[in-house]
Amino acid sequence: MYRVRLWAVKRSRFLEGIYNSVNPAILLLLRGATKVFGKSLDRLITVMEAQLKGFLFDCKMCGDCTLSKSGMSCPMNCPKTIRNGPCGGVRNNGMCEVKPDMRCVWVAAWDGASRMKNGAAIETIEFAVDHRGKGKSTWLKLAREKGLAGE
Amino acid sequence: MSSTKHKTDPAEMLPRLPGHVSQGRFEQVLRAGHFAVTTEIAPPDSADPAEVLKRATMFDGYVDGINATDGSGGHCHMSSLAVCAILTKAGYSPIIQFSCRDRNRIAMQGDALGAAALGVANVLCLTGDDVSAGDHPEAKPVFDLDSISLLQTLRVMRDESRFLSGRKLDTPPLLFMGASINPFVPPLENRAEQLAKKIAAGAEFIQSQYCFDLDILKRFMARAVDMGLTEKCFILIGVGVLPSARTAKWMRANVPGVHIPDAIVKRLQGAAKPQAEGRAICVEMMQKIKEIQGVSGIHVMAYRQEKWVGSIVKKSGILADRKPWAPTQ
Ligand code: SF4
Repeated sequence: MYRVRLWAVKRSRFLEGIYNSVNPAILLLLRGATKVFGKSLDRLITVMEAQLKGFLFDCKMCGDCTLSKSGMSCPMNCPKTIRNGPCGGVRNNGMCEVKPDMRCVWVAAWDGASRMKNGAAIETIEFAVDHRGKGKSTWLKLAREKGLAGE
Repeated sequence: MSSTKHKTDPAEMLPRLPGHVSQGRFEQVLRAGHFAVTTEIAPPDSADPAEVLKRATMFDGYVDGINATDGSGGHCHMSSLAVCAILTKAGYSPIIQFSCRDRNRIAMQGDALGAAALGVANVLCLTGDDVSAGDHPEAKPVFDLDSISLLQTLRVMRDESRFLSGRKLDTPPLLFMGASINPFVPPLENRAEQLAKKIAAGAEFIQSQYCFDLDILKRFMARAVDMGLTEKCFILIGVGVLPSARTAKWMRANVPGVHIPDAIVKRLQGAAKPQAEGRAICVEMMQKIKEIQGVSGIHVMAYRQEKWVGSIVKKSGILADRKPWAPTQ
């Protein structure tokens, strides 16, 4: 939801704190679950992720989540899906060039990042998204990656 | 070079000097420490190559590089690649514009090889305007890459001699790589960091959006100098020629990313000859911009006012007594 999305950017520091404290636990849990149940819970977990992140960030399930590196503002809401924004078309009032009723997601991203502990992460380059990941869960991807904490 | 009997050289390339990435003249001018001037050519709505050359000749002796826009504003015109091929063959130093709006990474890597094969030595990497801004709003926007990913892609091709996929290239495209910046629109306080990202991705020269606001530019350039960015790339600042107060107002309302302060609009409104005033404003801007530390050149964007580019550059005196090379001289 647009309103919630704006709130999330305003509370980027708070959300970052939550993310950092619960994420490792969630990933461990998911890792255990995927070991026991294989792929049978994938659908459910993906739907849960889509619902939660959809509500909070208007997440588009690109499959390669950058929220922690983009000030809690989802770049896939940018009409040009820029991963290293903003573009040069931002309006003087900070609204999007293409959608005048929407705050530029990258103006929001730099703003959100300015309040985050690890906000400088926005200065690193994100290469264009892998389109094969669309609709897939980032959580499951991370859970299945090697070298997770506790291993 | 191969020993084929076919003619393969569409354009003559310069020898690559030490410390240079390309075989083009534009890079040589900048690296020699000259204050450079570039302009842009509006690709014709025509399949006639003479149309392109006619437009280019107007700039002879005043510019070091000519940008060929790539469907700018989402409007169809002759492709940037074709314009650059025609210009290159005639001896000009074109800068091909790559917009991510219309092509995906497969097409763009192919075009990079094609452009270099045709003798194009410079590329400007842009994300591009949205399709909704143009005359085909019903088109599918691509945006597979963004400008920074595109810079990285071309650098991989040039410096590692491979495609993104890892597949090897026999001959890498020796392109001098550029990007755009717009320091005049939000988030003003982060535009220098974004410039740093573009440089980190591979930008070696920068052409900015129109500058009509010197205060903002000065603050931005001071940051860029502080961050050491002007040591790492050549920054050319964009200037524009406004024909009337009405056009100025229309542009700032309708062209994405154009910031024109009220003072400029008022000056045009109050002028007896607004067209001449618009050119005078441009000349003043160029002179003042040249004084700012870290600026390496000027990029003149004079859409539909191309015939004035030469006299504006001359009047400004920014070239001092240097005369840029042109094929007709
Ligand atoms: S203004 Fe912002 S949200 Fe809109 S297209 Fe540009 S970067 Fe994306």
